[in-house]
Amino acid sequence: MAKITKEERKNGIISAALALFSQQGFYVTTIPDIAQKVGMSVGNFYNYFSSKEILAKELILYISDYLGKNLREINMKEITTEEKIQEIVSMYFKMASDKPEMIEYFLRVYLSNREVFGSDCAGMICVSSFVTEMMIFFEEGVAKGDLHNQDFFSAFGLFMGYLGGMVFLFGEALLPEPLKEYEESISLNIYNALKHRD
Amino acid sequence: MHLNTETKPKLLWLQGVTCNGNSHSFLNLESLEQLLDKFELLYHPLLASTFSLSEITSLQNSCDILIFEGTYDPEFTRNNIPLKEILPYYALHAEHIIALGTCASFGGMFQSLAPERNSGLLYKVEEEGGPLIAYKKRVINLSGCPVHPEWLATTLQMLLAKHTIVVDDLQRPRELYSSLAHHGCTRNEYFEWKVDTKGFGLKEGCLFYEQGCRAPLTHASCNTILWNEVSSKTRVGTPCFGCTEPSFPRTNYFQTKTNMSIPQDVPLGVSKRAYLTVAGMAKTFHIKRLEGVLIDYKRDH
Repeated sequence: MAKITKEERKNGIISAALALFSQQGFYVTTIPDIAQKVGMSVGNFYNYFSSKEILAKELILYISDYLGKNLREINMKEITTEEKIQEIVSMYFKMASDKPEMIEYFLRVYLSNREVFGSDCAGMICVSSFVTEMMIFFEEGVAKGDLHNQDFFSAFGLFMGYLGGMVFLFGEALLPEPLKEYEESISLNIYNALKHRD
Repeated sequence: MHLNTETKPKLLWLQGVTCNGNSHSFLNLESLEQLLDKFELLYHPLLASTFSLSEITSLQNSCDILIFEGTYDPEFTRNNIPLKEILPYYALHAEHIIALGTCASFGGMFQSLAPERNSGLLYKVEEEGGPLIAYKKRVINLSGCPVHPEWLATTLQMLLAKHTIVVDDLQRPRELYSSLAHHGCTRNEYFEWKVDTKGFGLKEGCLFYEQGCRAPLTHASCNTILWNEVSSKTRVGTPCFGCTEPSFPRTNYFQTKTNMSIPQDVPLGVSKRAYLTVAGMAKTFHIKRLEGVLIDYKRDH
């Protein structure tokens, strides 16, 4: 059997912690819980992360980088702003369906327990790679004449708040249809709300 | 014809379509008298010269260094002689030609008077399309609206000393135009921490985010070679207008063009992604010392 590398072991901890934190919450989950789920000793766990808070911070950076990388690929495509909106919505909903623990962690742990993340994650620092790509998307949309020029947070809140709300409803099992069924109508709603006005 | 120290080089200052701004700026040169003493001034519109304008436009003389101020309009006349006759006559034998100011360099402010025929000596805005393009190697562009008198003085001194003047891709001396107006700005700490100024004329705060400052995108040594040896636009709380670049003149000088609150143009050579990442992080922190009037900081403690 091939030897598990340190990197693979670290990713294993991240996956296990994401699942536990998003299901049980940050405070209830203990380091022994995580170590047990990965199949390692508590002592060995500390070779990877020196505290639960540091692991929590690593997780939000991991999620932000994952989202940022996917958004960047969409931003680089030679497609219309309207098509980009469709791709972003589709990517976000796919992530919520396939890796619900990532969005759950973001909504239920990161946004709900800001005190855990402290000054190291002040403002947008820990979600910078994701927010930066959204800035690029909006800036280019306005520069191309496709989107209405307005305050960044007004547009950002409309876009991400809408998606976050839908994923929340999905997580609570309140949506009658799978998330994918809503992609087209939600993309159109977002585009209509943000598009350039004559 | 070569510059030599035995006889003074002959300097001719011609004007195209101009507001006289560069002539006036030159009069503020601290060492004007000493510098002029090294040349024979054939003609200057404001200074005592060897010849009158009518003698110059009779096209009987020649010069070693030709300075041309203003936009080139071939039909524009001096003493009823069109520029299309005066300029080529003197340019043909001049050892060095200085396009003085943004108008002479790129067309500038007066380009729009007759955009189909007006231009700088070499460039029409950023494209080669001026009347002296065949003499490009002899032409030095000194852009600016107006040109800093020290930039012209430095260039003339370099020519006198027979120094090779290394130029950038817009034919401007690298010595003077390789740095940005941002370099040496006393507000750099505010730029680093993304602290906006609260108004014009204040000592504190950066003018880049809201007040339209173009210093991080403008090749000019305004903040390292100070105006009147003491000041610059940004030092008195006014944004840099980017007047040394071919894109000058623009509009809305006192406003930063933003798309969804994000600056449309970011510092030269920096990707928008990199800029937004760093700016976003810097904005997160609140530096108490940079938030108020500096002289009052901790005054009561």
